[in-house]
Amino acid sequence: MSKKSFRQAINEALAQEMRRDHRVIVMGEDVAGGLGAPGDQDAWGGPMGVTKGLVGEFGRERVLDTPITESGFIGAAVGAAATGLRPVADLMFVDFMGVCFDQIFNQAAKFRYMFGGKAVTPVVIRTMYGAGFRAASQHSQCLYPIFTHIPGLKVAIPSNAYEAKGLLIQAIRDDDPVIFFEHKMLYDDIDEVPDEPYTIPFGEANVTREGTDLTIVAFGRMVKFANEAADLLAKQKISVCVIDPRTTSPMDYDTILESVEETGRLVVVDEAHPRCSMATDVAAFVVQDAFKHLKAPIKMVTPPHVPVPFSPALEDEYIPNTARIMAAARSVLA
Amino acid sequence: MSDAIKPIGMPKWGLAMTEGKVNAWLVEEGADIAAGDEILEIETSKITNVFESPAGGTLRRKVAAEGETLPVGALLGVVADAGVTDAEIDAFVEMAKAAQAEAAAAAVPPPAPEIVQAEGWSARVLTMAPEAGGALPLLLIHGFGGDYQNWQFNQPDLAIDRTVYALDLPGHGGSSKVLTGADVPGLAVAVRSALAALGVERFHVAGHSLGGAIGLQLALNEPKRVTSVTLICSAGLGPEINTDYIEGFIKSDKRKDMKATVEKLFADPAFVSRDMVDDLFKYKRLDGVLPALRTIADAVFAGGHQTTIFTDKLPTLDVPVQAIWGEADAIIPVAHAHALPEARRHVLAGAGHMVHIEKPSDVTRLIGEFVAFASG
Repeated sequence: MSKKSFRQAINEALAQEMRRDHRVIVMGEDVAGGLGAPGDQDAWGGPMGVTKGLVGEFGRERVLDTPITESGFIGAAVGAAATGLRPVADLMFVDFMGVCFDQIFNQAAKFRYMFGGKAVTPVVIRTMYGAGFRAASQHSQCLYPIFTHIPGLKVAIPSNAYEAKGLLIQAIRDDDPVIFFEHKMLYDDIDEVPDEPYTIPFGEANVTREGTDLTIVAFGRMVKFANEAADLLAKQKISVCVIDPRTTSPMDYDTILESVEETGRLVVVDEAHPRCSMATDVAAFVVQDAFKHLKAPIKMVTPPHVPVPFSPALEDEYIPNTARIMAAARSVLA
Repeated sequence: MSDAIKPIGMPKWGLAMTEGKVNAWLVEEGADIAAGDEILEIETSKITNVFESPAGGTLRRKVAAEGETLPVGALLGVVADAGVTDAEIDAFVEMAKAAQAEAAAAAVPPPAPEIVQAEGWSARVLTMAPEAGGALPLLLIHGFGGDYQNWQFNQPDLAIDRTVYALDLPGHGGSSKVLTGADVPGLAVAVRSALAALGVERFHVAGHSLGGAIGLQLALNEPKRVTSVTLICSAGLGPEINTDYIEGFIKSDKRKDMKATVEKLFADPAFVSRDMVDDLFKYKRLDGVLPALRTIADAVFAGGHQTTIFTDKLPTLDVPVQAIWGEADAIIPVAHAHALPEARRHVLAGAGHMVHIEKPSDVTRLIGEFVAFASG
């Protein structure tokens, strides 16, 4: 056990799985890096340095720099998965996923069903999401609801470094396509992460705070803010249960429903656009299955329904934060 | 400054503890207390426990407020005789706080466990030793599903006059998850090879639950090497075992189920914190742990009963053996302590299977006294 950043946790998960299973390969833009760059061939390791060191250990046969053609290399990764490899493709920003929707939605997600369960597609697509990076509207979205919408895809959204390593190893060993969401603002967050490989099962929510007065469900980076809000509310003698679903597909509604049956009050915190989001999804399920337990209307804490602004001042306003979660909690408890 | 002023400091329970939260004072200012009285409830990130006063006298000052989180060693209260003036106590508190600030600036990291390469497996071992010399070493062996940290309340005090090793069994904690043998004799061989790697020739052993049976097996195998055996809520003394607990430990994958399972270990279920349950999940998720636990459980508790029982071998064993049990043990019946003569068994009230965590000072004292007695 030692302290590792979110970035190191992902790097370690990739390296350990590549050592364990020779079918695991890594591909994407600049995942090896250095071609045409000054210094070593391992100069970059991706734009955030997440894959740094892998090409040195595993060579260019297993760490593939691809052209800037998402439609091409995501299709190649899906095909490689269908024919026996276990590729981890790095699609730098989830915002670019639009150019390869067919490969993901209509091919990877469908193979298991179309071939009567005889085909599996063990591909992982790692991708960065989220605002706060001053990267404007084309590099800041949280598009996990779109992938959650498609049956046949699994969607993981780790909330800290410990979760990131365990969920990524699980994703690599899973026989279905997994879209793995990494928030840009979490890469330097540090947590206790075991040195040994470990897996966190999909579809099992993590209760990060136990409480009886109010339930907060939060996703990805928002879990951190929800925990902060819960700790501040605890000082005011308000006992808050915080639930991190970890994966949105499969989704652990049971843990949420059990908690809401106890608290009768729900706040959902989602950094995605507010329409057809995880916030609306969770709210709808709770209304359908636990309506009689609700003591107050459900509150959704989300950004406004606009693209992420480039102005730093506006971007800061846009992102849900601890203060807004506390305000929502108080209004639900009033 | 009067020697009659005795400080009460934040205790250090285990390596990971750097600070503790004062949940509640259990005595009032002005009360007369004896050493060993329960005076505070302290919460750490791992566990909540009562703190027994290291000193006797009148509790003259509560320095720490309830709800306050303070570093290990911080002054919590002051015990002194009636003859000491309030002004002297004020001066003492001020001086202690200044010293505390200095100590915080020069904090040293706690001792860390090391990995020892044994035959066919690697063992994680935490070694604590007195600064110089010391008597025959003591080996601590945890039970099924545990690790060296189970001894966090006992190991530091036991290591005042001898080297104390606490190891993680194969498949447990930070040891390798490959098993060279899964039954009690097989695990004893593995432990012996770890001791050889540590260069330990003769030793005392104290084992909890499954670890007790392993300790006893070590003594039966090599009675000349083992100078005493302390069995704590031990396996190996009768067929009964609560296999609901064993199965629950392996199979629980929901926090609620795991919490209910682990609560069976304690007389007071409040000992089970969310961090304790979290840590157990983190352990169970490591590659290889579940198959290892399954294999050990199938070998040691086959068909719902303990497979290795040593009661008929005890009368002829030429090594002193004692048993310590929690009266409310819900895992292995306290009646198994009767395998030992009355003078060699200690049943502690108000404790369950984890008696060394629930009654740490009693268990530490009993081990220490027995080890000293057996050393002659």
